[in-house]
Amino acid sequence: MDTVISVRDLVVYYGERKILKEVCMEVERGEIMVIMGGSGSGKSTLLRHLLSLEKPRSGSITMLDREISSASRRELLEVRKKIGVAFQFGALLSSLSVGENILLPLQEHTRLDQATMEVMLRLKLEVVGLAGFENLMPAELSGGMTKRAALARAIIMDPQLLFLDEPSAGLDPVVAAALDDLILQLRDATGMTLVVVTHELESAFKIADRITVLDQGDIVASGTVDEVRNNKSERVQNLLNRRSEERVTDVDAYLERLTGTRID
Amino acid sequence: MRQFVENIGRRSIGGISEFGQAAVVLYESLYWLFMGPRQRQPVRLHSVFAQAMDIGIYAIPIVIVLNMAIGIMLAIQGIYTLRVFGAENNVTLGVTLSVTREFSPMITGILVAGRTGSALAARIGTMKINEELDALTVMGIQPIRYLVAPALLAMIIMLPLLSWFADVVALLGAGLYVSAELGMSLGAYTNDVLRILSIDDLMHGLGKSLIFGVLIVLIGVINGANVTGGAEGIGRVTTRSVVHAISAIVITDMLFTFLLSR
Repeated sequence: MDTVISVRDLVVYYGERKILKEVCMEVERGEIMVIMGGSGSGKSTLLRHLLSLEKPRSGSITMLDREISSASRRELLEVRKKIGVAFQFGALLSSLSVGENILLPLQEHTRLDQATMEVMLRLKLEVVGLAGFENLMPAELSGGMTKRAALARAIIMDPQLLFLDEPSAGLDPVVAAALDDLILQLRDATGMTLVVVTHELESAFKIADRITVLDQGDIVASGTVDEVRNNKSERVQNLLNRRSEERVTDVDAYLERLTGTRID
Repeated sequence: MRQFVENIGRRSIGGISEFGQAAVVLYESLYWLFMGPRQRQPVRLHSVFAQAMDIGIYAIPIVIVLNMAIGIMLAIQGIYTLRVFGAENNVTLGVTLSVTREFSPMITGILVAGRTGSALAARIGTMKINEELDALTVMGIQPIRYLVAPALLAMIIMLPLLSWFADVVALLGAGLYVSAELGMSLGAYTNDVLRILSIDDLMHGLGKSLIFGVLIVLIGVINGANVTGGAEGIGRVTTRSVVHAISAIVITDMLFTFLLSR
Protein backbone atom coordinates (compact mmCIF):
# COMPACT_ATOMS: atom_id res chain seq x y z
CA MET A 1 0.00 0.00 0.00
CA ASP A 2 1.29 3.43 -0.71
CA THR A 3 0.87 6.51 1.36
CA VAL A 4 -1.32 9.30 -0.04
CA ILE A 5 -1.04 11.80 2.79
CA SER A 6 1.78 12.02 5.26
CA VAL A 7 1.78 14.64 8.01
CA ARG A 8 4.99 15.13 10.01
CA ASP A 9 5.29 17.14 13.22
CA LEU A 10 2.64 19.66 12.25
CA VAL A 11 2.59 22.62 14.65
CA VAL A 12 -0.02 25.35 14.41
CA TYR A 13 -0.50 28.43 16.52
CA TYR A 14 -3.39 30.90 16.50
CA GLY A 15 -1.79 33.90 18.16
CA GLU A 16 -0.20 32.55 21.34
CA ARG A 17 -2.40 29.47 21.51
CA LYS A 18 -0.92 26.20 20.26
CA ILE A 19 -3.73 24.51 18.33
CA LEU A 20 -1.88 21.49 16.92
CA LYS A 21 1.03 19.93 18.82
CA GLU A 22 3.47 18.00 16.62
CA VAL A 23 0.73 16.06 14.86
CA CYS A 24 1.82 13.06 12.77
CA MET A 25 -0.50 10.92 10.67
CA GLU A 26 -0.58 8.91 7.47
CA VAL A 27 -3.37 8.00 5.08
CA GLU A 28 -3.00 4.97 2.79
CA ARG A 29 -4.40 4.73 -0.72
CA GLY A 30 -7.98 3.49 -0.93
CA GLU A 31 -8.84 3.71 2.75
CA ILE A 32 -11.39 5.79 4.58
CA MET A 33 -9.63 7.67 7.32
CA VAL A 34 -11.88 9.35 9.86
CA ILE A 35 -10.48 12.22 11.88
CA MET A 36 -12.54 12.41 15.03
CA GLY A 37 -12.56 14.79 17.95
CA GLY A 38 -14.77 17.08 19.97
CA SER A 39 -15.28 20.78 19.40
CA GLY A 40 -12.03 22.67 19.76
CA SER A 41 -9.92 19.54 19.36
CA GLY A 42 -8.14 21.00 16.35
CA LYS A 43 -9.69 18.74 13.71
CA SER A 44 -11.01 21.60 11.57
CA THR A 45 -7.62 23.30 11.83
CA LEU A 46 -5.93 20.08 10.72
CA LEU A 47 -8.29 19.87 7.75
CA ARG A 48 -7.62 23.49 6.74
CA HIS A 49 -3.90 22.73 6.72
CA LEU A 50 -4.37 19.51 4.75
CA LEU A 51 -6.22 21.61 2.16
CA SER A 52 -3.37 24.15 2.38
CA LEU A 53 -5.79 26.95 3.09
CA GLU A 54 -3.32 27.95 5.78
CA LYS A 55 0.42 27.61 6.21
CA PRO A 56 1.69 25.75 9.30
CA ARG A 57 4.19 27.23 11.77
CA SER A 58 6.39 24.16 11.31
CA GLY A 59 6.17 20.58 10.11
CA SER A 60 5.47 19.10 6.70
CA ILE A 61 2.48 17.76 4.80
CA THR A 62 3.06 15.50 1.80
CA MET A 63 0.06 14.78 -0.39
CA LEU A 64 0.04 12.72 -3.60
CA ASP A 65 3.86 12.73 -3.57
CA ARG A 66 4.14 16.51 -3.24
CA GLU A 67 5.25 18.51 -0.26
CA ILE A 68 2.39 20.98 -0.13
CA SER A 69 3.37 23.28 2.73
CA SER A 70 6.19 24.68 0.58
CA ALA A 71 4.76 24.03 -2.90
CA SER A 72 4.61 26.73 -5.56
CA ARG A 73 1.25 27.96 -6.78
CA ARG A 74 1.46 25.84 -9.91
CA GLU A 75 2.38 22.65 -8.02
CA LEU A 76 -0.44 23.29 -5.60
CA LEU A 77 -2.85 23.70 -8.51
CA GLU A 78 -1.82 20.30 -9.88
CA VAL A 79 -2.53 18.70 -6.50
CA ARG A 80 -5.84 20.53 -6.17
CA LYS A 81 -7.05 19.19 -9.50
CA LYS A 82 -6.69 15.69 -8.05
CA ILE A 83 -8.55 16.27 -4.80
CA GLY A 84 -12.19 16.97 -4.06
CA VAL A 85 -13.60 18.71 -1.00
CA ALA A 86 -17.13 18.80 0.37
CA PHE A 87 -17.48 21.49 3.02
CA GLN A 88 -19.63 21.18 6.12
CA PHE A 89 -22.24 23.66 4.93
CA GLY A 90 -21.80 22.86 1.25
CA ALA A 91 -20.18 26.16 0.29
CA LEU A 92 -22.03 26.12 -3.03
CA LEU A 93 -21.70 29.45 -4.84
CA SER A 94 -25.05 31.07 -4.15
CA SER A 95 -25.08 32.99 -7.45
CA LEU A 96 -24.92 29.80 -9.55
CA SER A 97 -27.48 27.00 -9.94
CA VAL A 98 -26.73 23.54 -8.57
CA GLY A 99 -25.74 22.32 -12.03
CA GLU A 100 -23.45 25.30 -12.70
CA ASN A 101 -21.85 24.78 -9.30
CA ILE A 102 -21.07 21.15 -10.02
CA LEU A 103 -19.76 21.95 -13.51
CA LEU A 104 -17.50 24.75 -12.28
CA PRO A 105 -14.30 22.67 -11.82
CA LEU A 106 -14.78 21.05 -15.25
CA GLN A 107 -15.27 24.41 -16.94
CA GLU A 108 -12.21 25.90 -15.26
CA HIS A 109 -9.79 23.00 -15.61
CA THR A 110 -10.76 20.98 -18.68
CA ARG A 111 -11.50 21.63 -22.33
CA LEU A 112 -14.39 19.23 -22.64
CA ASP A 113 -17.28 20.29 -24.82
CA GLN A 114 -20.56 21.32 -23.24
CA ALA A 115 -22.41 18.12 -24.17
CA THR A 116 -19.80 15.89 -22.49
CA MET A 117 -19.87 18.05 -19.39
CA GLU A 118 -23.66 17.82 -19.24
CA VAL A 119 -23.45 14.03 -19.38
CA MET A 120 -20.89 13.99 -16.57
CA LEU A 121 -23.10 16.33 -14.56
CA ARG A 122 -26.11 14.01 -14.91
CA LEU A 123 -23.93 11.01 -14.05
CA LYS A 124 -22.74 12.56 -10.80
CA LEU A 125 -26.21 13.81 -9.93
CA GLU A 126 -27.45 10.20 -10.32
CA VAL A 127 -24.66 9.01 -8.03
CA VAL A 128 -25.62 11.37 -5.22
CA GLY A 129 -29.35 10.96 -5.84
CA LEU A 130 -30.09 14.49 -7.00
CA ALA A 131 -31.07 13.74 -10.61
CA GLY A 132 -33.28 16.45 -12.05
CA PHE A 133 -32.32 19.09 -9.47
CA GLU A 134 -29.61 20.80 -11.52
CA ASN A 135 -31.65 23.92 -12.23
CA LEU A 136 -32.44 24.74 -8.61
CA MET A 137 -30.52 27.45 -6.79
CA PRO A 138 -28.54 26.45 -3.68
CA ALA A 139 -30.90 28.46 -1.45
CA GLU A 140 -33.77 26.20 -2.54
CA LEU A 141 -32.10 23.00 -1.28
CA SER A 142 -32.60 21.27 2.06
CA GLY A 143 -29.63 20.54 4.32
CA GLY A 144 -29.19 16.98 3.10
CA MET A 145 -29.53 17.99 -0.55
CA THR A 146 -26.95 20.75 -0.11
CA LYS A 147 -24.46 18.19 1.24
CA ARG A 148 -25.20 15.86 -1.68
CA ALA A 149 -24.74 18.66 -4.19
CA ALA A 150 -21.45 19.60 -2.52
CA LEU A 151 -20.41 15.94 -2.76
CA ALA A 152 -21.30 15.87 -6.45
CA ARG A 153 -19.14 18.96 -7.04
CA ALA A 154 -16.30 17.36 -5.08
CA ILE A 155 -16.31 14.21 -7.25
CA ILE A 156 -16.97 15.79 -10.66
CA MET A 157 -13.25 15.70 -11.57
CA ASP A 158 -12.98 12.04 -10.40
CA PRO A 159 -10.49 12.92 -7.67
CA GLN A 160 -7.99 10.45 -6.21
CA LEU A 161 -8.50 11.94 -2.80
CA LEU A 162 -11.75 13.18 -1.30
CA PHE A 163 -12.13 15.29 1.85
CA LEU A 164 -15.47 15.44 3.63
CA ASP A 165 -16.04 17.91 6.46
CA GLU A 166 -18.79 16.76 8.83
CA PRO A 167 -20.80 14.95 6.12
CA SER A 168 -23.63 13.92 8.42
CA ALA A 169 -23.68 16.76 10.96
CA GLY A 170 -27.01 18.51 11.29
CA LEU A 171 -28.96 15.88 9.34
CA ASP A 172 -31.75 13.66 10.61
CA PRO A 173 -30.68 10.04 11.33
CA VAL A 174 -32.22 8.56 8.17
CA VAL A 175 -30.62 11.07 5.80
CA ALA A 176 -27.32 10.80 7.69
CA ALA A 177 -27.34 6.98 7.36
CA ALA A 178 -28.10 7.26 3.64
CA LEU A 179 -25.17 9.62 3.21
CA ASP A 180 -22.88 7.17 5.04
CA ASP A 181 -23.99 4.41 2.66
CA LEU A 182 -23.34 6.70 -0.26
CA ILE A 183 -19.81 7.38 0.97
CA LEU A 184 -19.11 3.63 1.24
CA GLN A 185 -20.55 2.94 -2.21
CA LEU A 186 -18.50 5.73 -3.66
CA ARG A 187 -15.26 4.34 -2.28
CA ASP A 188 -16.11 0.79 -3.43
CA ALA A 189 -17.00 1.97 -6.92
CA THR A 190 -14.05 4.29 -7.53
CA GLY A 191 -11.33 3.16 -5.14
CA MET A 192 -10.65 6.73 -4.09
CA THR A 193 -9.09 7.63 -0.77
CA LEU A 194 -11.32 9.47 1.69
CA VAL A 195 -10.53 11.66 4.64
CA VAL A 196 -13.64 12.34 6.71
CA VAL A 197 -13.69 14.82 9.57
CA THR A 198 -16.55 14.22 11.95
CA HIS A 199 -17.65 14.21 15.55
CA GLU A 200 -20.54 11.80 14.94
CA LEU A 201 -19.50 8.52 16.58
CA GLU A 202 -22.02 6.28 14.87
CA SER A 203 -21.18 7.54 11.43
CA ALA A 204 -17.45 7.30 12.14
CA PHE A 205 -17.63 3.65 13.24
CA LYS A 206 -19.77 2.74 10.25
CA ILE A 207 -17.62 4.14 7.48
CA ALA A 208 -14.08 4.20 8.86
CA ASP A 209 -11.25 1.84 7.95
CA ARG A 210 -9.04 3.67 10.40
CA ILE A 211 -9.75 6.41 12.90
CA THR A 212 -7.51 9.14 14.24
CA VAL A 213 -8.73 10.76 17.44
CA LEU A 214 -7.67 14.31 18.15
CA ASP A 215 -8.02 15.95 21.52
CA GLN A 216 -6.74 19.43 22.41
CA GLY A 217 -4.30 19.39 19.52
CA ASP A 218 -2.84 15.94 20.31
CA ILE A 219 -3.46 12.68 18.54
CA VAL A 220 -4.63 10.48 21.41
CA ALA A 221 -5.41 7.38 19.38
CA SER A 222 -4.97 6.11 15.87
CA GLY A 223 -5.84 2.74 14.42
CA THR A 224 -8.60 0.50 13.12
CA VAL A 225 -12.12 0.89 14.44
CA ASP A 226 -11.68 -1.93 16.97
CA GLU A 227 -8.32 -0.68 18.14
CA VAL A 228 -9.76 2.75 18.86
CA ARG A 229 -12.86 1.31 20.49
CA ASN A 230 -10.69 -0.75 22.85
CA ASN A 231 -8.25 2.05 23.57
CA LYS A 232 -7.71 2.31 27.30
CA SER A 233 -6.91 6.03 27.35
CA GLU A 234 -9.33 8.03 29.45
CA ARG A 235 -9.60 10.85 26.92
CA VAL A 236 -10.57 8.43 24.17
CA GLN A 237 -13.09 6.66 26.36
CA ASN A 238 -14.63 9.98 27.42
CA LEU A 239 -15.17 10.86 23.78
CA LEU A 240 -16.52 7.44 22.84
CA ASN A 241 -18.89 7.18 25.79
CA ARG A 242 -20.04 10.77 25.68
CA ARG A 243 -18.80 11.42 29.20
CA SER A 244 -18.10 15.00 30.14
CA GLU A 245 -14.48 15.72 30.98
CA GLU A 246 -13.56 15.99 34.63
CA ARG A 247 -12.21 19.45 34.95
CA VAL A 248 -9.11 19.73 37.09
CA THR A 249 -9.70 22.65 39.38
CA ASP A 250 -6.77 24.79 40.37
CA VAL A 251 -8.09 26.92 43.20
CA ASP A 252 -5.69 29.84 42.65
CA ALA A 253 -6.29 29.96 38.90
CA TYR A 254 -10.04 29.82 39.49
CA LEU A 255 -9.87 32.75 41.91
CA GLU A 256 -7.74 34.70 39.48
CA ARG A 257 -10.27 34.17 36.72
CA LEU A 258 -13.13 35.27 38.96
CA THR A 259 -11.53 38.38 40.34
CA GLY A 260 -9.59 39.32 37.22
CA THR A 261 -6.46 40.10 39.23
CA ARG A 262 -3.25 38.21 39.91
CA ILE A 263 -2.99 36.54 43.29
CA ASP A 264 0.50 36.07 44.66
CA MET B 1 -4.29 57.17 28.34
CA ARG B 2 -2.28 54.03 27.66
CA GLN B 3 -5.31 52.44 26.06
CA PHE B 4 -5.77 55.52 23.87
CA VAL B 5 -2.20 55.33 22.56
CA GLU B 6 -2.54 51.57 22.09
CA ASN B 7 -5.68 52.11 20.05
CA ILE B 8 -3.97 54.64 17.81
CA GLY B 9 -1.12 52.20 17.24
CA ARG B 10 -3.43 49.29 16.51
CA ARG B 11 -5.52 51.29 14.07
CA SER B 12 -2.45 52.63 12.27
CA ILE B 13 -1.10 49.11 11.82
CA GLY B 14 -4.53 47.95 10.63
CA GLY B 15 -4.64 50.77 8.10
CA ILE B 16 -1.16 50.07 6.79
CA SER B 17 -1.88 46.37 6.45
CA GLU B 18 -5.01 47.19 4.43
CA PHE B 19 -2.86 49.26 2.07
CA GLY B 20 -0.60 46.24 1.70
CA GLN B 21 -3.54 43.95 1.01
CA ALA B 22 -4.87 46.37 -1.58
CA ALA B 23 -1.51 46.39 -3.34
CA VAL B 24 -1.47 42.58 -3.41
CA VAL B 25 -5.05 42.40 -4.73
CA LEU B 26 -4.23 44.92 -7.47
CA TYR B 27 -1.05 43.10 -8.45
CA GLU B 28 -2.75 39.69 -8.50
CA SER B 29 -5.71 40.97 -10.52
CA LEU B 30 -3.42 42.48 -13.15
CA TYR B 31 -1.31 39.31 -13.10
CA TRP B 32 -4.33 37.13 -13.90
CA LEU B 33 -5.67 39.55 -16.49
CA PHE B 34 -2.40 39.45 -18.44
CA MET B 35 -0.85 36.10 -17.51
CA GLY B 36 -4.00 34.02 -16.93
CA PRO B 37 -4.56 33.04 -20.59
CA ARG B 38 -0.97 31.78 -20.87
CA GLN B 39 -1.50 29.52 -17.88
CA ARG B 40 -4.82 28.28 -19.26
CA GLN B 41 -6.55 30.11 -16.45
CA PRO B 42 -8.06 33.08 -18.25
CA VAL B 43 -10.30 35.70 -16.72
CA ARG B 44 -13.70 34.76 -18.17
CA LEU B 45 -15.15 37.29 -20.59
CA HIS B 46 -18.72 36.50 -19.66
CA SER B 47 -18.03 37.47 -16.03
CA VAL B 48 -16.50 40.73 -17.26
CA PHE B 49 -19.63 41.39 -19.36
CA ALA B 50 -21.94 40.56 -16.47
CA GLN B 51 -20.03 42.96 -14.22
CA ALA B 52 -19.93 45.63 -16.93
CA MET B 53 -23.71 45.45 -17.31
CA ASP B 54 -24.11 45.85 -13.58
CA ILE B 55 -21.59 48.66 -13.15
CA GLY B 56 -22.37 50.58 -16.32
CA ILE B 57 -25.59 49.85 -18.15
CA TYR B 58 -27.89 49.42 -15.16
CA ALA B 59 -26.51 52.64 -13.64
CA ILE B 60 -27.48 54.76 -16.66
CA PRO B 61 -30.93 55.90 -15.43
CA ILE B 62 -29.64 57.19 -12.10
CA VAL B 63 -26.60 58.75 -13.81
CA ILE B 64 -28.97 60.67 -16.09
CA VAL B 65 -31.08 61.94 -13.19
CA LEU B 66 -28.16 63.02 -11.01
CA ASN B 67 -26.05 64.61 -13.72
CA MET B 68 -28.99 66.43 -15.28
CA ALA B 69 -29.65 67.95 -11.86
CA ILE B 70 -25.97 68.81 -11.36
CA GLY B 71 -25.81 70.48 -14.78
CA ILE B 72 -28.88 72.60 -14.10
CA MET B 73 -27.66 73.46 -10.62
CA LEU B 74 -24.29 74.64 -11.96
CA ALA B 75 -25.99 76.76 -14.62
CA ILE B 76 -28.23 78.40 -12.02
CA GLN B 77 -25.31 79.13 -9.69
CA GLY B 78 -23.11 80.28 -12.58
CA ILE B 79 -25.64 82.76 -13.85
CA TYR B 80 -26.38 83.99 -10.32
CA THR B 81 -22.67 84.60 -9.61
CA LEU B 82 -21.78 86.13 -12.97
CA ARG B 83 -24.74 88.48 -12.87
CA VAL B 84 -22.77 90.48 -10.27
CA PHE B 85 -20.32 91.37 -13.03
CA GLY B 86 -22.94 91.46 -15.76
CA ALA B 87 -21.13 88.57 -17.42
CA GLU B 88 -23.94 85.98 -17.60
CA ASN B 89 -22.98 85.09 -21.13
CA ASN B 90 -19.73 83.56 -19.88
CA VAL B 91 -21.60 80.96 -17.85
CA THR B 92 -20.89 78.31 -20.47
CA LEU B 93 -17.16 78.50 -19.75
CA GLY B 94 -17.57 77.83 -16.04
CA VAL B 95 -20.13 75.10 -16.50
CA THR B 96 -18.19 73.26 -19.20
CA LEU B 97 -14.92 73.13 -17.30
CA SER B 98 -16.39 72.32 -13.91
CA VAL B 99 -18.59 69.57 -15.30
CA THR B 100 -15.92 67.76 -17.33
CA ARG B 101 -13.02 68.28 -14.93
CA GLU B 102 -14.77 67.83 -11.60
CA PHE B 103 -18.43 67.21 -11.21
CA SER B 104 -19.37 64.37 -13.48
CA PRO B 105 -16.37 62.11 -12.66
CA MET B 106 -16.85 62.72 -8.97
CA ILE B 107 -20.64 62.35 -8.85
CA THR B 108 -20.47 59.25 -11.04
CA GLY B 109 -17.67 57.82 -8.89
CA ILE B 110 -19.65 58.38 -5.70
CA LEU B 111 -22.71 56.84 -7.29
CA VAL B 112 -20.84 53.74 -8.43
CA ALA B 113 -19.14 53.46 -5.02
CA GLY B 114 -22.60 53.34 -3.47
CA ARG B 115 -24.01 50.89 -6.00
CA THR B 116 -21.14 48.60 -6.95
CA GLY B 117 -18.52 49.05 -4.23
CA SER B 118 -21.01 48.13 -1.53
CA ALA B 119 -22.37 45.20 -3.56
CA LEU B 120 -18.84 43.90 -4.06
CA ALA B 121 -18.04 44.15 -0.35
CA ALA B 122 -21.29 42.38 0.58
CA ARG B 123 -20.76 39.68 -2.03
CA ILE B 124 -17.16 38.90 -1.08
CA GLY B 125 -18.03 39.11 2.62
CA THR B 126 -20.94 36.68 2.28
CA MET B 127 -18.81 34.30 0.23
CA LYS B 128 -16.09 34.38 2.85
CA ILE B 129 -18.50 33.62 5.69
CA ASN B 130 -20.15 30.78 3.72
CA GLU B 131 -16.70 29.27 3.00
CA GLU B 132 -17.34 29.85 -0.73
CA LEU B 133 -13.93 31.52 -1.07
CA ASP B 134 -12.27 28.49 0.53
CA ALA B 135 -14.27 26.20 -1.75
CA LEU B 136 -13.04 28.10 -4.81
CA THR B 137 -9.46 27.95 -3.57
CA VAL B 138 -9.46 24.19 -2.98
CA MET B 139 -11.04 23.64 -6.40
CA GLY B 140 -7.95 25.33 -7.81
CA ILE B 141 -9.87 28.45 -8.79
CA GLN B 142 -8.13 31.56 -7.51
CA PRO B 143 -10.82 33.82 -6.01
CA ILE B 144 -8.96 36.90 -7.24
CA ARG B 145 -8.98 35.62 -10.81
CA TYR B 146 -12.56 34.41 -10.65
CA LEU B 147 -14.17 37.26 -8.70
CA VAL B 148 -11.96 40.33 -8.49
CA ALA B 149 -10.21 40.55 -11.87
CA PRO B 150 -13.47 40.62 -13.88
CA ALA B 151 -14.88 43.34 -11.63
CA LEU B 152 -11.68 45.37 -11.93
CA LEU B 153 -11.54 45.12 -15.72
CA ALA B 154 -15.23 45.92 -16.07
CA MET B 155 -14.82 48.91 -13.76
CA ILE B 156 -11.76 50.26 -15.59
CA ILE B 157 -13.73 50.17 -18.85
CA MET B 158 -17.16 51.22 -17.64
CA LEU B 159 -16.52 54.01 -15.13
CA PRO B 160 -14.73 56.33 -17.63
CA LEU B 161 -17.43 55.57 -20.21
CA LEU B 162 -20.10 56.32 -17.65
CA SER B 163 -18.32 59.56 -16.70
CA TRP B 164 -18.12 60.57 -20.34
CA PHE B 165 -21.83 59.91 -20.69
CA ALA B 166 -22.39 61.91 -17.50
CA ASP B 167 -20.45 64.82 -19.06
CA VAL B 168 -22.85 64.86 -21.99
CA VAL B 169 -25.93 64.66 -19.78
CA ALA B 170 -24.78 67.38 -17.35
CA LEU B 171 -23.80 69.72 -20.19
CA LEU B 172 -27.15 69.11 -21.81
CA GLY B 173 -28.93 69.91 -18.53
CA ALA B 174 -26.93 73.12 -18.16
CA GLY B 175 -27.61 73.98 -21.82
CA LEU B 176 -31.35 73.60 -21.42
CA TYR B 177 -31.36 75.97 -18.45
CA VAL B 178 -29.00 78.47 -20.08
CA SER B 179 -31.03 78.61 -23.29
CA ALA B 180 -34.25 79.12 -21.36
CA GLU B 181 -32.80 81.73 -18.98
CA LEU B 182 -30.55 83.73 -21.33
CA GLY B 183 -32.40 83.16 -24.58
CA MET B 184 -29.32 81.54 -26.13
CA SER B 185 -30.09 78.84 -28.67
CA LEU B 186 -29.03 75.28 -27.85
CA GLY B 187 -26.97 75.23 -31.06
CA ALA B 188 -25.02 78.32 -30.04
CA TYR B 189 -24.50 76.83 -26.58
CA THR B 190 -23.16 73.60 -28.08
CA ASN B 191 -20.79 75.59 -30.29
CA ASP B 192 -19.52 77.44 -27.23
CA VAL B 193 -19.00 74.19 -25.32
CA LEU B 194 -17.08 72.59 -28.17
CA ARG B 195 -14.92 75.69 -28.59
CA ILE B 196 -14.08 75.83 -24.87
CA LEU B 197 -13.55 72.16 -24.27
CA SER B 198 -10.08 70.79 -24.95
CA ILE B 199 -9.09 67.13 -25.03
CA ASP B 200 -6.96 67.80 -21.95
CA ASP B 201 -9.97 68.86 -19.89
CA LEU B 202 -11.90 65.80 -20.96
CA MET B 203 -9.00 63.44 -20.27
CA HIS B 204 -8.38 65.08 -16.89
CA GLY B 205 -11.88 64.05 -15.84
CA LEU B 206 -11.84 60.61 -17.43
CA GLY B 207 -8.36 59.84 -16.07
CA LYS B 208 -9.62 60.60 -12.59
CA SER B 209 -12.64 58.36 -13.03
CA LEU B 210 -10.32 55.49 -13.99
CA ILE B 211 -8.45 55.92 -10.70
CA PHE B 212 -11.75 56.16 -8.82
CA GLY B 213 -12.79 52.87 -10.40
CA VAL B 214 -9.67 51.07 -9.18
CA LEU B 215 -10.15 52.54 -5.71
CA ILE B 216 -13.80 51.46 -5.52
CA VAL B 217 -12.99 47.86 -6.45
CA LEU B 218 -9.99 47.55 -4.13
CA ILE B 219 -11.78 49.09 -1.16
CA GLY B 220 -14.86 46.92 -1.71
CA VAL B 221 -12.82 43.74 -2.01
CA ILE B 222 -10.53 44.41 0.97
CA ASN B 223 -13.46 45.26 3.23
CA GLY B 224 -15.37 42.19 2.10
CA ALA B 225 -12.40 39.89 2.56
CA ASN B 226 -11.75 41.15 6.10
CA VAL B 227 -15.29 40.50 7.29
CA THR B 228 -15.75 39.00 10.75
CA GLY B 229 -18.84 38.17 12.74
CA GLY B 230 -21.60 36.90 10.47
CA ALA B 231 -24.50 38.86 9.05
CA GLU B 232 -23.91 41.87 11.27
CA GLY B 233 -20.31 41.94 10.08
CA ILE B 234 -21.43 42.07 6.47
CA GLY B 235 -23.58 45.10 7.19
CA ARG B 236 -20.62 46.75 8.87
CA VAL B 237 -18.12 46.13 6.05
CA THR B 238 -20.66 47.23 3.43
CA THR B 239 -21.15 50.57 5.13
CA ARG B 240 -17.42 50.87 5.76
CA SER B 241 -16.59 50.21 2.13
CA VAL B 242 -18.94 52.96 0.92
CA VAL B 243 -17.63 55.51 3.42
CA HIS B 244 -14.01 54.62 2.62
CA ALA B 245 -14.56 54.64 -1.13
CA ILE B 246 -16.25 58.05 -1.10
CA SER B 247 -13.55 59.51 1.16
CA ALA B 248 -10.85 58.03 -1.06
CA ILE B 249 -12.53 59.47 -4.15
CA VAL B 250 -12.82 62.98 -2.74
CA ILE B 251 -9.27 63.05 -1.36
CA THR B 252 -7.72 61.55 -4.49
CA ASP B 253 -9.67 64.04 -6.56
CA MET B 254 -8.21 66.91 -4.54
CA LEU B 255 -4.63 65.57 -4.83
CA PHE B 256 -5.00 64.82 -8.54
CA THR B 257 -6.39 68.26 -9.26
CA PHE B 258 -3.71 69.92 -7.15
CA LEU B 259 -0.92 68.10 -9.00
CA LEU B 260 -2.29 68.58 -12.51
CA SER B 261 -3.83 72.03 -12.42
CA ARG B 262 -0.88 74.13 -11.29
